[in-house]
Amino acid sequence: MQFMIVVQGGPYTTQASLTALHFARAVLASGHKIYRVFFYHDGVYNGNALIAPPQDEIDLHQTWCALGKEHSLELIVCVASALRRGLLDATEAQRYEKSASNLDPQFTISGLGQLIDGALTADRTMTFGA
Amino acid sequence: MKKLLFVQSKPPHGSLQGQEGLDAILAGSAFVDCAILFSGDGIYQLLSRQHTDALASRDYAATYLALADYGVDQLYCVAADLKQRSLTMADLLLNPTLLDDAGVKALLHGADAILDF
Repeated sequence: MQFMIVVQGGPYTTQASLTALHFARAVLASGHKIYRVFFYHDGVYNGNALIAPPQDEIDLHQTWCALGKEHSLELIVCVASALRRGLLDATEAQRYEKSASNLDPQFTISGLGQLIDGALTADRTMTFGA
Repeated sequence: MKKLLFVQSKPPHGSLQGQEGLDAILAGSAFVDCAILFSGDGIYQLLSRQHTDALASRDYAATYLALADYGVDQLYCVAADLKQRSLTMADLLLNPTLLDDAGVKALLHGADAILDF
């Protein structure tokens, strides 16, 4: 079965991000597939490469990156949500003439069409943090 | 054609959830048949006479009026939610279809996918 995962909660602010990670791991461990992970609302903060939590706490950003890399997951960050919250990749930083970018390359900026396509294509859509 | 159900359950302006949810609805309307369920405090998004100037917040309720132009004409709310909030249809910008619990259940079951906001 293919799952679409929507994350709407920022890391550490709510439980949404960690619960979504646990769910994603359980999906993969059960032999199912993840069609896409779409980060919306404050969920886009999960892509922030500058996150630096205390060493004895889980690094949610790095954990998403590692999971994405290991399983070749599409980690999509909504462009509108990301821009208004200051999450920019190098291209957007240049376009908006900002001094730095902070979106980890493991994440991809894209549009809401990816959310709709995912919900329509996957067998199940799970939303965390709504 | 597949059917997407969007559930708006947050009040407007206190967070961006409602406004960004509406953005997703507009995106969805370009692809498929979309319906919206206003649940709980989400019904406040449809209040008429919202004055957002002092909040520096976008008066996105007006966009709901344009939804019909995007082919989105299936709007629903829960009768009990209105009653609990002492609201009537006269307080709302549009006239969503009133549902009881069984109606909500049928709506949820009838959707191919549900996106919550």
